[in-house]
Amino acid sequence: MSNFSVTTPSKRQKWVAGILVTLYALITLMPLVWIIMTGFKSSADSIAYPPKVIFSPSLEGYVNLFTSQTRLTSEQVATTPPPATWYDKLVRSHQMVIVGPSRFGQRFLNSVIIGFGSTFLSVSLGTLAAYAFSRFKVPIKEDLLFFILSTRMMPPIAAAIPIFLMFRELGLSDTKLGMILLYTGVNLSLAVWLLKGFIDEIPFEYEEAALIDGYTRFQAFYKVVLPQAATGIASTAIFCLIFAWNEYAFAVLLTSGNAQTAPPFIPTIIGFGGLDWPAVAAGTTIFLLPIMIFTILLRKHLLRGITFGAVRK
Amino acid sequence: MAEVVLENLSKSFGDTVGVEDISMRIPDGAFVVILGPTGAGKTTTLRLIAGLEAPDQGDIFINGQSVLALNPAQRDVTVVFQQYSLYPHLSVRENLAFPLRSPLLKTPQEEIDRKIKEVAEVLHIEHKLDNKAVELSGGEMQRVAIGRALVREPNIYLMDEPLSSLDAKLRAELRIELKRIHQSLGATLLYVTHDQIEAMSMATHIGVLQNGKLVQFGSPREIYNNPVSQYVAERLGSPRINVLPADLFGNAPKGAKTIGLRTEHIVLGRGVKGRVNRVEHLGDHTRLHMSLAGNDLIVVMDPHNPVSRGDTLAISPENPIYFDANGIRVL
Ligand SMILES: Nc1ncnc2c1ncn2[C@@H]1O[C@H](COP(=O)(O)OP(=O)(O)OP(=O)(O)O)[C@@H](O)[C@H]1O
Ligand SMILES: [Mg+2]
Repeated sequence: MSNFSVTTPSKRQKWVAGILVTLYALITLMPLVWIIMTGFKSSADSIAYPPKVIFSPSLEGYVNLFTSQTRLTSEQVATTPPPATWYDKLVRSHQMVIVGPSRFGQRFLNSVIIGFGSTFLSVSLGTLAAYAFSRFKVPIKEDLLFFILSTRMMPPIAAAIPIFLMFRELGLSDTKLGMILLYTGVNLSLAVWLLKGFIDEIPFEYEEAALIDGYTRFQAFYKVVLPQAATGIASTAIFCLIFAWNEYAFAVLLTSGNAQTAPPFIPTIIGFGGLDWPAVAAGTTIFLLPIMIFTILLRKHLLRGITFGAVRK
Repeated sequence: MAEVVLENLSKSFGDTVGVEDISMRIPDGAFVVILGPTGAGKTTTLRLIAGLEAPDQGDIFINGQSVLALNPAQRDVTVVFQQYSLYPHLSVRENLAFPLRSPLLKTPQEEIDRKIKEVAEVLHIEHKLDNKAVELSGGEMQRVAIGRALVREPNIYLMDEPLSSLDAKLRAELRIELKRIHQSLGATLLYVTHDQIEAMSMATHIGVLQNGKLVQFGSPREIYNNPVSQYVAERLGSPRINVLPADLFGNAPKGAKTIGLRTEHIVLGRGVKGRVNRVEHLGDHTRLHMSLAGNDLIVVMDPHNPVSRGDTLAISPENPIYFDANGIRVL
């Protein structure tokens, strides 16, 4: 089935398109590849000039990322027992010793909880609101929709100080709940608008058919509208997650320990013991993974086409 | 299995009249065909009965009970829609099972399987059961939509041009099948169509709508033989009833402005002379397009007649119908 075009491109057209796409992919993937490579370099290799493209891989960056370490004096080297594991050994080769796990794991977990939590809230509240705006006679509907959109008209960070004060008063500063609510608030307007567009495209007739078939309004929503809106819900979820996942300014301002997410944490690695680029790169690589996995899992739903063609004419 | 009564039913959409002051008594087990040109209010009538629209005025009774306060599920009706008939995210089988799985019916799985098999056989869609609804042709979609109505046994079946996108053979087959189902279930059925054969062959009653108003309601013979107006007369009959100036053949009743001649009202061989402009051989009969003192008219003849273009033929009326200046029947 050809979904997008009825004419088959010629061989030459295919070649040109292929080359352009490949070039574009190379350019956009370069920084990513560089970061992933740096994560597997040793400290020395990471700052070598000219840059090393071929290097012997090392897990030093990842070990540094996940552990906190202290330097050993030569007397201490003599008295400490020999390293027990491969990562102990790796650290010891730099006259260091692991004193415990770093805070990265916990910050990463914060990111996951806050990112997915706020995405879930934005999408579920957004779907219900969008459905209501799409299907019901809401008084002053247009004004309400404009008001919802208007919350996006200034950069959210412009409201930073009032939000900071509000959070302090409400005891939400540096809490995961506070961050989830904040990101949900920012994302909800986008979610409502995007989802309303998708739900508007689903003909109301399907719900009428379900009503006749003996289902309630809510069951019709659940069994007929939701499956057909899957595409819209998936893409909205990805947008919301990407915003919440990457958000930096509010995270710096409102969190310091307990609820700090990965983005403000990763740069602090630089301060620990000189410029540890491999550890920063390792942190960034791990940070990228959830979005990649999430997008890949939902990609099936991102392909449009489920609702097309069911009109009897 | 229900008697339906519409009482002074009106529904407008802003300034547009959907239906206006419709009253109709549909006996239990009737097969009612609703006729009318596009925009006449046929779909609106069905939607009002189904409970998908609330009337501005009037009342609807099913088995003597007013159903205005009931939702579509409680009215126990089924609708074959003119459009958007199938759930696009479900397979054909799941589409057919959907009404049976409703919280109202909660049909056991073996029963669902049995009914689907039965209906699929009748409608010739067994081989498509596992297709996605969007992978069907228009005619197949239409059959599945009919199937979704047939798996249930509701009070009332409402069908909005259900056979319109089928080919002639399938249409004839399903016409017989629907009639059979109607008789064996004893169900009450409201049926919208533009097709004269469907209307005449299946209906026990025909209702004719004009700009939202019910202008005549009666048996097919009644509507065909005794139309109340030119408008009603034009709804049935193929070719369409010929309408000519009333004085063309002489001795018209008082007040008559036009004379309506169905092909069977025309006697050839005597009377007013006309010219044959075109001859259409349609197999079992031949149609002559004639002009008679500047008026066009169509005459039907048996296929073996050696008439050709340019010939002159005399025509006289037999039991014609007369209409006044407003198109109302003059007796
Ligand atoms: N939801 C609606 N909003 C506004 N006007 C409507 C609506 N539904 C129907 N109408 C109007 O009501 C009138 C009757 O419409 P209806 O759909 O009942 O016609 P119909 O007889 O079914 O025509 P067709 O043969 O084309 O299906 C039309 O003028 C139509 O434009
Ligand atoms: Mg209609």
